[in-house]
Amino acid sequence: MKRSNAPIFWTLFGAGGILSALIGPALVFITGIAAPSGLLMPRETMSYPHMLAFAQHWAGKGFVFIVISLFLWHGVHRIFHSLHDLGIPTGTGAKLACYGAALLGTIVAAVALGSIALQF
Amino acid sequence: MSARRPYVRSMDGWWRRNPFFIVYMIREGTAVLVIAYAVVLLFGVVRLAQGEAAYDGWLTALQSPWSLVFHLILLASFVYHTWSWFSIMPKTMPMILIGGKKLQPAVITGVGLAVSAIACAALFVLVMKLAS
Amino acid sequence: MADDGKIIEKIIEIEVLRYRPEQDKEPFFQSYQVPFTDDMSVLQGLQYIKDQLDGTLSFRWSCRMAICGSCGAMINGIPKLGCKTFLREYYPRKLRVEPLAHFPIERDLVVGVEDFIGKLERIKPYIVPKEPRTLAQGEYLQTPAQLERFLQFSSCINCMLCYAACPQYGLDSNFIGPGVLALLHRYNADSRDGARSERMELVHAEEGVWSCTAVGYCSEVCPKGVDPANAVNQNKTASAMDYFLRFVLPKGASR
Repeated sequence: MKRSNAPIFWTLFGAGGILSALIGPALVFITGIAAPSGLLMPRETMSYPHMLAFAQHWAGKGFVFIVISLFLWHGVHRIFHSLHDLGIPTGTGAKLACYGAALLGTIVAAVALGSIALQF
Repeated sequence: MSARRPYVRSMDGWWRRNPFFIVYMIREGTAVLVIAYAVVLLFGVVRLAQGEAAYDGWLTALQSPWSLVFHLILLASFVYHTWSWFSIMPKTMPMILIGGKKLQPAVITGVGLAVSAIACAALFVLVMKLAS
Repeated sequence: MADDGKIIEKIIEIEVLRYRPEQDKEPFFQSYQVPFTDDMSVLQGLQYIKDQLDGTLSFRWSCRMAICGSCGAMINGIPKLGCKTFLREYYPRKLRVEPLAHFPIERDLVVGVEDFIGKLERIKPYIVPKEPRTLAQGEYLQTPAQLERFLQFSSCINCMLCYAACPQYGLDSNFIGPGVLALLHRYNADSRDGARSERMELVHAEEGVWSCTAVGYCSEVCPKGVDPANAVNQNKTASAMDYFLRFVLPKGASR
């Protein structure tokens, strides 16, 4: 029988799944609730100078890239399979739409982060 | 043999017929919100790359009540994702024998949830330190 | 039950999905009033119907003790063995019995099993010796730990409840399915066996483990604790590792 290429997408899905399971709640809480509201965390946490410095550092840049990219690969894999579960035909078109979107997001993140010069 | 006329039943609405499947669809549905959060962050880095004015626009939007409510929903979804992820993780692992006895799934789930709690706490503390 | 002089106090309504291909255009429900005692199984309820009320009712059964795997049915929408499910659990509400989901209905509660049997045959469900072995060498020896690795997966009675539970099989019957993959794993996990690489070819296919989305209902309904979800999903990890490492590993490495 023909070997499936599913392992590529399943591994990306799994990596994104573990990452989001481990630190997702904290990330959402920090970036979406604590810092913006000033609750438990100074509002300046996510100020432009802070975030620029974060993105200029190789670790910060890499971290943000990995979070965005892996969360996208995780999500589209599940959505693709959910479409199938809902009875929506999932041929090449659906595959391109789902995984293509994750690829697009990954590229946009890479370009955006890449355009912020590394500073040590 | 010619009297056979097998009847095939429809799969329409299969997941609505059993609570177990409804929970499964909700679990899979958390993917939509994982993507939503990633898109929020993606907007953030794009705005960051475009300069202070653009980024501050994104940050202001993040501070709106709608955004806070949205992130509370995201938070609930992510917590449920964490819970369901480590609940299913034992199924993906080979049998681990310790002293001749099988390692129980509940142990793996418990360890996973504990590690997640520690990782989240550590991240929070780290961000607090970096912010000050 | 009805002719031993005991006073029967309770009657339960059993609604059965009927289908006679030679006379019915499509399946329909038929209700029966079945007197029962607390020790009666759903299978015994069906047998009462056939013996006393309606001899045309067709259903499979054999051992009456949850080891032959014949009497599987959807009982109030859940795949169960008729002999292992008791009427008292449903009384005073009515019981709805339908043939196992995701299989074509042949007649009444009898489903077509050719697909399942065909898949069973494809996985080499027997020990293939690692190297030729003579009788003089005696029996294989295994430690308790080696036995533990495959024992639970050998408990499968081929009842197909897991197939009735699996929505992926329901949506696409090309999927090899939980029970057969669990049996495949049973042999791969057996230290006596040497055919792992051949079986893994089935695992690596889209119709193998990659049709599974970890719903997990198969393991929920399994009457023998086989945990097919575990068999399938741990082989996803194995299959993915093989997918990425196959160019790195020497040819012929049995993965």
